Amino acid sequence: MYPDDRRYTQEHEWAKREDGRVRVGITQFAAERLSDVVFVELPQVGTEVRAATPFGVVESVKAANDLFAPITGRVVEVNKALADTPELINQDPHGAAWMIVLEPANASEWDGLLTAGAYAKLVGAAGA
Amino acid sequence: MAADLISAELRRTSLYETHRAAGARLGPFAGWEMPVQYAGVIEEHLAVRARAGIFDVSHMGEIHIDGPDALTAVQRLITNDAARLSVGRGLYTPMCTPAGGILDDVIVFRTAERGYLFVVNAGTRERDLTWIRAQAGAAAVRDASDETALLAVQGPSARAVLEAATGVNLAPLLPFHLRGGVAIAGVDTTLMRTGYTGEDGFEIACPWAAAPRVWAAVVAAGGPLGLMPAGLGARDTLRLEAGLMLYGNDITEETTPLEAPLGWTVKFDKGEFIGREALITQRTDGPRRRLVGFEVADRAIPRQHCGIHVDDRRVGEVTSGTFAPFLRRPIGMGYVPTDYSTAGTELNIEVRERMAPARVTRLPFYRRPRG
Repeated sequence: MYPDDRRYTQEHEWAKREDGRVRVGITQFAAERLSDVVFVELPQVGTEVRAATPFGVVESVKAANDLFAPITGRVVEVNKALADTPELINQDPHGAAWMIVLEPANASEWDGLLTAGAYAKLVGAAGA
Repeated sequence: MAADLISAELRRTSLYETHRAAGARLGPFAGWEMPVQYAGVIEEHLAVRARAGIFDVSHMGEIHIDGPDALTAVQRLITNDAARLSVGRGLYTPMCTPAGGILDDVIVFRTAERGYLFVVNAGTRERDLTWIRAQAGAAAVRDASDETALLAVQGPSARAVLEAATGVNLAPLLPFHLRGGVAIAGVDTTLMRTGYTGEDGFEIACPWAAAPRVWAAVVAAGGPLGLMPAGLGARDTLRLEAGLMLYGNDITEETTPLEAPLGWTVKFDKGEFIGREALITQRTDGPRRRLVGFEVADRAIPRQHCGIHVDDRRVGEVTSGTFAPFLRRPIGMGYVPTDYSTAGTELNIEVRERMAPARVTRLPFYRRPRG
């Protein structure tokens, strides 16, 4: 369920390395917990974000939730499709509903992220 | 985004296993572990607007007041006028403190010549019971909440669903009327034509342990008509779209019926009732603040406790807010000074340190088409 081509955070974001850059989204687990997503607030290209601090907000009919940056870096791409079709987050959280692409500032932060196995264990316990 | 913590102390309705089997996500509400959603809040919300939904609302309380002094007690307890009720009829009303604050909002039915039923909120049930007992004088007060399950069937197809489940023509059961002795799957139920969604609908009271049988029969009869199980998530978005108050959010002991848009439920000319003097004073002076509905212009979603601003001044707070699934825009309610309460007034809602432009709109946001 959690692809091992990427790493994960305790706050349920995923991070995928692509040619030195890092694509970021939220996990299937998070998407299901949120219920129907109706609005996403994402940073602009050029924004500097810091690991483990909020970079945006995802809102469901029920509540607003912060999105946490898996690593420190500069935003180089933002998924504009989510503005008009936030429901993509429920439909394809690991794919079409990626949120931002980061230019990492500190390569060593990658090693602090969870592997797919460790993340599955984390949400397995939380979901039980 | 921490996982939902389910406390072992939460109470469960007799439909708990039914909800689990249907794949519901359960969550805490007013001390109960209740279904928050099944297929999804938006899908359930739209099903109720277009067809029908069935909700478990067994956590709500049922309190009976009986005896020769019952009407006197009821009239003292509520702001609306129960003397107008013939047997089988009901009304919506606040119960107030002597200061005019709202203790709860309830539905009162006259169930017999000298008998009344209060359907009360889950979160206020114990407090209501203590209050009602203290005020009831010689009338007999009985809490039937633990033995009474309550299901709500709501939506334009609700009547067709229940007619299929009961074989009874329900056209004569008018809004805010009650009818006992209706069999569903062999269970003796009481039907009330009431609800909390802005749609036509019914509530079904039945013995606590029999609720799973009644639920299964209604779901079987309603399936072909598009009936879906719906959770408290959709119940909240439906009631907010319909401009209905949620006790604890929009109305509390700190607010009065004249500040909330519930002035129509206060019958000053019926005689003495608790809160009357304070409410007469407030009516004379004019309430200083009022609850308004507002629509937000962009996609920022107002939430409870967000600040309401006029120009650069914070003038109030959001009491309820959501993205309205049927209207497809962010809506909310909150208290503002009376000067800013007329429709069209421009407000700013503080959503995450940003000001979102909004406009006061008449309640309800959604009104069902009259068929």
